[in-house]
Amino acid sequence: MSSHESNYSPTGPVERWVDERLPLVRFAKEHLMDFPTPKNLNYWWTFGAILAIMLVVQIVTGIVLAMHYTPHIDLAFDSVEHIRRDVNGGRIIQATHAVGASMFFVALYIHIFRGLYFGSYKAPREILWMLGVIIFILVMAIAFMGYVLPWGQMSFWGATVITNIFSAVPVAGEPLLQLLRGGFAVDNPTLNRFFSLHYLLPFVVAAVVVLHIWALHVPGNNNPIGVDVKSSRDTVPFHPYYTMKDLFAIVVFFIPFAWFVFFAPDILGHPDNYIQANAQITPAHIVPEWYLLPFYTILRAIDFNVLFIDSRLGGVIAMAGSLVILFFLPWLDRSRVRSGTFRPMFKIFYWLFVVNFLVLTYLGAQPAEGIYVLLAKISTAYYFAYFLIILPLLSRIETPRPLPASISESVLGKAH
Amino acid sequence: MFKFKTILAALVGAMALVAPATAAEPGGPLVPKQSWTFAGPFGTYDENQLQRGFQVYREVCASCHGMRLIAFRNLSEPGGPRFSEAQVRALAAEYQIVDPAAEGGVRPGVPADRFPTPFANEQEARDANGGAYPPDFSVIAKARGIYEPFPNWAFNYFTGYSEGGPDYIHALLMGYREPPEGIELQPGQYYNDYFPGHLISMAPPLQDGLVTYEGEGVPETLDQYATDLSAFLMWTAEPHLVARKEAGFRVITFLILFAGLLYFVKNKLWANVKHRNPSPDDVERDARA
Repeated sequence: MSSHESNYSPTGPVERWVDERLPLVRFAKEHLMDFPTPKNLNYWWTFGAILAIMLVVQIVTGIVLAMHYTPHIDLAFDSVEHIRRDVNGGRIIQATHAVGASMFFVALYIHIFRGLYFGSYKAPREILWMLGVIIFILVMAIAFMGYVLPWGQMSFWGATVITNIFSAVPVAGEPLLQLLRGGFAVDNPTLNRFFSLHYLLPFVVAAVVVLHIWALHVPGNNNPIGVDVKSSRDTVPFHPYYTMKDLFAIVVFFIPFAWFVFFAPDILGHPDNYIQANAQITPAHIVPEWYLLPFYTILRAIDFNVLFIDSRLGGVIAMAGSLVILFFLPWLDRSRVRSGTFRPMFKIFYWLFVVNFLVLTYLGAQPAEGIYVLLAKISTAYYFAYFLIILPLLSRIETPRPLPASISESVLGKAH
Repeated sequence: MFKFKTILAALVGAMALVAPATAAEPGGPLVPKQSWTFAGPFGTYDENQLQRGFQVYREVCASCHGMRLIAFRNLSEPGGPRFSEAQVRALAAEYQIVDPAAEGGVRPGVPADRFPTPFANEQEARDANGGAYPPDFSVIAKARGIYEPFPNWAFNYFTGYSEGGPDYIHALLMGYREPPEGIELQPGQYYNDYFPGHLISMAPPLQDGLVTYEGEGVPETLDQYATDLSAFLMWTAEPHLVARKEAGFRVITFLILFAGLLYFVKNKLWANVKHRNPSPDDVERDARA
């Protein structure tokens, strides 16, 4: 698979001249058109293309918004309203960008959970997976900083709470906090550096996405049965087969996207963010955006000291750990079978993990009191147990079901 | 298509979880939802209602509450109260606008001016109102929401419910009453069923017959005033709502038709490629056979 033959032959002297000096067209044909792709990919595999498009949507709308936005604490709130009220098409562009962030995460989580189910992190795709985790973390940082820019109450207090997390780091905590905020409290310097980084980091993400796709094109796609591609009978060229299928999926994905943009652009946000930031008034509940809630729950779940680690630092370690652990996943799950379809025990724990993750999300929006505290601890424990105990153990004790010999044999069988 | 349905279901499920973010704190009675002309995908503002709401704002609220993001010209724009341009010009001229470039520092307003705020700054506003700060009305309808218990809020993602703000404002204006036993009111405090914490520093601003509407047929009641004002505040917060929803209808219609066409193209393309995956049971049966 590592050598993909391209049937590109330059037509005419100009194309040949270019091809000998910079084989850009050859490269594009090889990787965007002829690339051999397993023919049995299901719709869960379309979310990669959906994410690529969503990144473009966010960057394009974001660049236009930056033309009209003013990163100053006295002007930011009104400049966003100015975009909504007075800029031509501004209300659509702004709503697309704000709702787009949520839709980006919907696609991102589905993409990640697809990888988790079908074992897409396993050899030889470890680096592909790790690059994906880097993108995930970067996108969370970008989204968080973007939410600060309208300078509403949730922007301000979210920024205060989240940057405060870093002060729990031993020794370097306080200087780190001041570096992030550009002062002792969240203020104009904070807004300015968040704006700057919010503009920069998406391009870093785009670069990591290029590496992600590069790392994908070395071993090629995983597939729903998790059996390696054995011959060209197992694959179809990416274009037109997957370009058309992905395009269909993208357009379908745009339907709920448009529903929110045009009919309920604020339903995914918090009303408090339409109140201009005020350092003197704390909102009743400070709630991060929904896509950060699972990790917020993990942060809050550690409300007890462990030896010399106080609860605050413990929470930060748990939250950071919940992301860092993903880097080690390829070596924690030692089962040789990739696809969850053929792993009867894995399947149970996987779906439990999905439900548990939704519970973590739900708990993040609830006040940390009563039954919620206990539930948060249980869910956090399961999150870590899944990676550290269940997956390593399953790979030892589980008997997987027999695998099809190859992709083409499996799809030619009497399955349908 | 089974897989595809699973994905849709997953999307819907994920969306439903986004929920509790908009919840205000529970406690006190739930805010009753009103029926608004601007609700739903085909909602539009009722021009007459917006005009009445503006009248209520101007005669009652404007002495304390500003509307700094709204320009006089907005009142004649499509999708809004649709006052005539002459009316707007006359209205603007009634206001004195602070303008250092003008003789004497003030001049009569023009349609391009924004509504002047009733107080020069927050401190002055607090001094005039017993320490309370009357919030600006520009986006207040989007800065308020209502609490809904599970699972009611989950349905909002499918109905596109975005009228929590006007519902809350309407309820607040109607929600004044005698405090229950055991609650002491400080001077300048009032009891309101729907205000967070119930103790509000705004005296009941509206009562039956307070504002005289032109023409016949519209009742001059507290309920009517509260409804008209809430609708007007939704417009100030979302002046392009009608255009946005109209565009949305066109966009979604296009996307659905386009998706349909793409589906047929994709199916035709894939018709000769066998690509369905077997279940583990199928694989086992095949292996035995």
